[in-house]
Amino acid sequence: MIVGERKPMEELLGMIEDFERILVLGCKGCVTVCCAGGPKEVKTLSTLIRMDRKQKGRKVITIEASTELQCEPESIRPILEKMANQYDVVLSMACGAGVQTVAKLFPDKLVLPALNTNFTGIAEEHGVWTEACLACGDCVLGRTAGICPVTLCAKGLLNGPCGGASEGKCEVSKDQPCAWQEIYHALKRLNRLHYLKQKPQVKDWPVHPGRVVREDLREVETT
Amino acid sequence: MDNFEPLIAVFSCHYCSYAAADLAGSSRIQYPPNIRIIKVPCTGRVSVNHILMALEDGSDGVYVAGCLKGTCHFIRGNYKAEKRVQYVKDLLSEINIEPERVQMYFMSAAEGTKFANVALEMTEAIKKIGHSPLNKSRS
Repeated sequence: MIVGERKPMEELLGMIEDFERILVLGCKGCVTVCCAGGPKEVKTLSTLIRMDRKQKGRKVITIEASTELQCEPESIRPILEKMANQYDVVLSMACGAGVQTVAKLFPDKLVLPALNTNFTGIAEEHGVWTEACLACGDCVLGRTAGICPVTLCAKGLLNGPCGGASEGKCEVSKDQPCAWQEIYHALKRLNRLHYLKQKPQVKDWPVHPGRVVREDLREVETT
Repeated sequence: MDNFEPLIAVFSCHYCSYAAADLAGSSRIQYPPNIRIIKVPCTGRVSVNHILMALEDGSDGVYVAGCLKGTCHFIRGNYKAEKRVQYVKDLLSEINIEPERVQMYFMSAAEGTKFANVALEMTEAIKKIGHSPLNKSRS
């Protein structure tokens, strides 16, 4: 899932300083799971905005809404079109992709991000998330026992540990295990150590911005 | 300010502090009439939004009164509430509202006196802090 964190209130309040009618728009996808931008967090942020304005004796109208997935135009359009005249600015609590989808669909409305999008990660436990995938576009997990060296190795090495690893820990931090040592132990456990003897493949690093096209799914032109 | 009588919302656990309030009542122990008790099945049910709503809608202070540590009927509800109260305090600091307006207390069902003392302590503390900046108009 995509993991994000709410921006500090000072930054958020500064961004919305000039506006009186604010649509706080959550997303029921990844950011709900990581408790950063779902319906609950929309309510919390809206309340904090109203409380701040009330203290300052300034007017504000907050509208609370959440889309199923803010990165999907179909789930945003009906909500935003219905309320188009009721807000001046959208404060999006989705990831960066959600914010940009709203901006693209509604070019006449200003969209502001309420979250900092951190990474694609795993929930280690409720309240702890760690980075797991860099979306490199050429997955090597099949050769590394499901442990990603691109993400978890500080140097992103593809052919074994560097000389900096010591007692199973990365030289970057004593708390960070050496990804390649973990890969070695996992492959040994799975009786697949011979994978390490395979010639490392040349990695097809993607060119940004990425684009995936599936012709079989695209709209058919009938004319 | 001398006549300021704060309004304080109390989220009170069914298994302990609500029973303690009951005991305080049946034991004729006096406590300030400033508190408004909201009974919850467990303090673990109290969310961040519940506390914020109480503050937004006119409370000068809010406290959550749960079971003594290690005695929660639902094992961990009071510990969760304690963390949420701390989170709300941090949120309030971010928008320049005194975090002391929100507190967490622990007590058993047998502590009627403690319930009354906590109500008094909180009322005095909020009187010192003053009106909530969100409802200056209320006398």
